[in-house]
Amino acid sequence: MTGLVLENLSMRFDLPNGTSVQALKDVSLDLAAGELLSVLGPSGCGKTTLLNIVAGFLAPTEGRVLLNGHAVTGPAAERGMVFQQGALFEWMDVRANVSFGPRMAGKRERDWGAHVDHLLDVVGLREFKEKAVYELSGGMQQRVALARCLANDPDVILMDEPLGALDALTREKMQSLVLKLWKETGKTIILITHSVEEALLLGERLLVMAPRPGRIHKEYRLPFADLGVGEDLRAVKKHPDFAATREEILGMIWNMEEEIMGRTEAAQ
Amino acid sequence: MIVFLIYIAIFVASFLLVKLLVHRSTRDFTARKTVTFGDESAVRPNRVAGVVSVLTIFLLWGAFTGSKWVPGVLHAPGPFIGDATFTYTAEAEGVAPDDATVTIRVFPVGEEVTAPEVAPGEGWAKNDADTVGAWRSGLVRVDRNDDHGRDQGHRVVAVNGTPIAPGGEVMTAFGRVGMSPKGTLNFEPSKGLQMEPIWLPPPEAVLARLREIAREGYRDSTLWEHLGWSLFRVIAGFFFGALIGIPLGYAMGLSDWFRGWFDPIVEFMRPVPPLALIPLVIIWAGIGEPGKIILLFLAALWIMAIAARAGVSGVKISKVHAAYSLGASKWQIMRHVIIPNSLPDIFTGARVAMGVCWGTVVAAELVAAEKGAGMMIMVASKFQLTDIVIMGIILIGVIGFGIDILMRLAEKALVPWKGRG
Ligand SMILES: Nc1ncnc2c1ncn2[C@@H]1O[C@H](COP(=O)(O)OP(=O)(O)OP(=O)(O)O)[C@@H](O)[C@H]1O
Ligand SMILES: [Mg+2]
Repeated sequence: MTGLVLENLSMRFDLPNGTSVQALKDVSLDLAAGELLSVLGPSGCGKTTLLNIVAGFLAPTEGRVLLNGHAVTGPAAERGMVFQQGALFEWMDVRANVSFGPRMAGKRERDWGAHVDHLLDVVGLREFKEKAVYELSGGMQQRVALARCLANDPDVILMDEPLGALDALTREKMQSLVLKLWKETGKTIILITHSVEEALLLGERLLVMAPRPGRIHKEYRLPFADLGVGEDLRAVKKHPDFAATREEILGMIWNMEEEIMGRTEAAQ
Repeated sequence: MIVFLIYIAIFVASFLLVKLLVHRSTRDFTARKTVTFGDESAVRPNRVAGVVSVLTIFLLWGAFTGSKWVPGVLHAPGPFIGDATFTYTAEAEGVAPDDATVTIRVFPVGEEVTAPEVAPGEGWAKNDADTVGAWRSGLVRVDRNDDHGRDQGHRVVAVNGTPIAPGGEVMTAFGRVGMSPKGTLNFEPSKGLQMEPIWLPPPEAVLARLREIAREGYRDSTLWEHLGWSLFRVIAGFFFGALIGIPLGYAMGLSDWFRGWFDPIVEFMRPVPPLALIPLVIIWAGIGEPGKIILLFLAALWIMAIAARAGVSGVKISKVHAAYSLGASKWQIMRHVIIPNSLPDIFTGARVAMGVCWGTVVAAELVAAEKGAGMMIMVASKFQLTDIVIMGIILIGVIGFGIDILMRLAEKALVPWKGRG
């Protein structure tokens, strides 16, 4: 059985002051190999918590995660992670960062050299491979992070707002790149984002989460990611369904935020 | 006091002068900043001020010690040198008061001089001659060559025509003439404003002493041996301190048990100045090399442990998570993430530790040592060899500064990613 299965995940943070936060409640999900899922939701609805559980950094209070039939108990090379920023190793040059996974696995340069150089080509950083990562721009650093993750050849790629810190133009280019890499490599991807547009453009499936407790609110199956492969993303945005879905989701999240505000005000 | 006022005057005058002469010499971006007061990054050391500051110190030093390096016009008034004269009026039983002149040759200390030849003069009070060293004072027994001595009630009643009584004094152009309670005159030539070499030698004397000691050594060891021993102790102590302290800090940053076990010890030892440990270390290990190295080891140990611990806690959790997700083992994370990530902190700690060790070794050598920079100035001070003391202080400062610069260069070369995470 291939694919990623989340079974009734619940996560409760017990705080030292005796209270507790229900970050996730009964989240279940089936993700086939090669699917790209984008996750949206108001701030604090448990997206990062969900991703951390899948990555194996957190053990859920209830439920379990299965990848290709076996349970996830901790971080492993089969599940790669791309962080928002600041997760590169600045004491290594670009190439050493990208080849980190294979090197830690004890592979020789003749086994990974060609693959790593190919990835550097794909993300357009061939000339920069000997540079220190802190000499690169934010967009270039995220491309290094993507390449580093891919070089390790994981089954699942988990991304927590990977493009969140980039400017609009760089972000658009990176979105195309993510789509292209997804199609080329056929990886299963979970992408957390705050941008509804990004979620629509990149997600084959889209999950909207609701807060307090964090749970799945609604799920969509979208055609835009397939349309967007090899095409100008701006053309995709002109698709008649695109604007309508965007408005629907925006309204949904807007209502959730209103509700949170209302609850907070009532509590005061 | 005067020195301080002159210093302030030079500070203000050079500031105004430079402001007048140099208009906005900075041409870079900072020069375009309109808000500079309160913007710390816009405040950079003014090079001219730095040069003037150092020159001023040497100028004041030279001016108040009569240095040959400072042109004579800039010298502060020196002590009186030459033949000083004053007259005294003496009374004795049965004769009229009589005057006589005293000539005193004031000479720089260290020279051999003889009293000037003077004619006895007329009357029963005879002219006198004597010698006194500059900055010193001397009794002048004017009655000894007079025809009527103390046994006949000889008594000085005036100096330069000004009445004087036992315990009193008269200021003359050449200095102060005082009278002891028993009626003996004493002469203290005017000192001027310069410092006597035994308090503060001129810069050239310090340099000459440096040359001499560099050539001939001091107390059975060459200068290089003295400094080398101090440096050796610092490096040995620091080496062992880092050798134990860094792994200890890592352990404290990585394990609950180590953190809990050593936290109280480290937090307790951190505020104890290493100097306070000197007596205990002397009791336990004696004044030999082991004692000194143990002391410096203790001085460096806590600093390095705390630096390494800070280096581990400073690692961003996302880097560790990323490494685990890329399949790294615990040991690989230690080797490829935690250690490199902590190096900037460790370098900062090492700079502090080297500074503290250098200060501590000098202090420890002041207390007891056979060789070393601190021992050199301690022994010299017992013999009032101020030039060696000053030379030692300057060398200690220069070496401490040199160590810090070397550490900074090493840091730049070895951890270029510092502060860029
Ligand atoms: N380590 C923790 N300890 C206590 N509470 C936590 C912890 N981590 C998360 N939470 C709580 O769990 C809830 C979900 O947090 P999470 O970070 O998963 O939200 P998110 O959806 O990723 O938000 P954002 O979009 O702002 O990143 C929040 O209410 C948060 O306060
Ligand atoms: Mg989050």
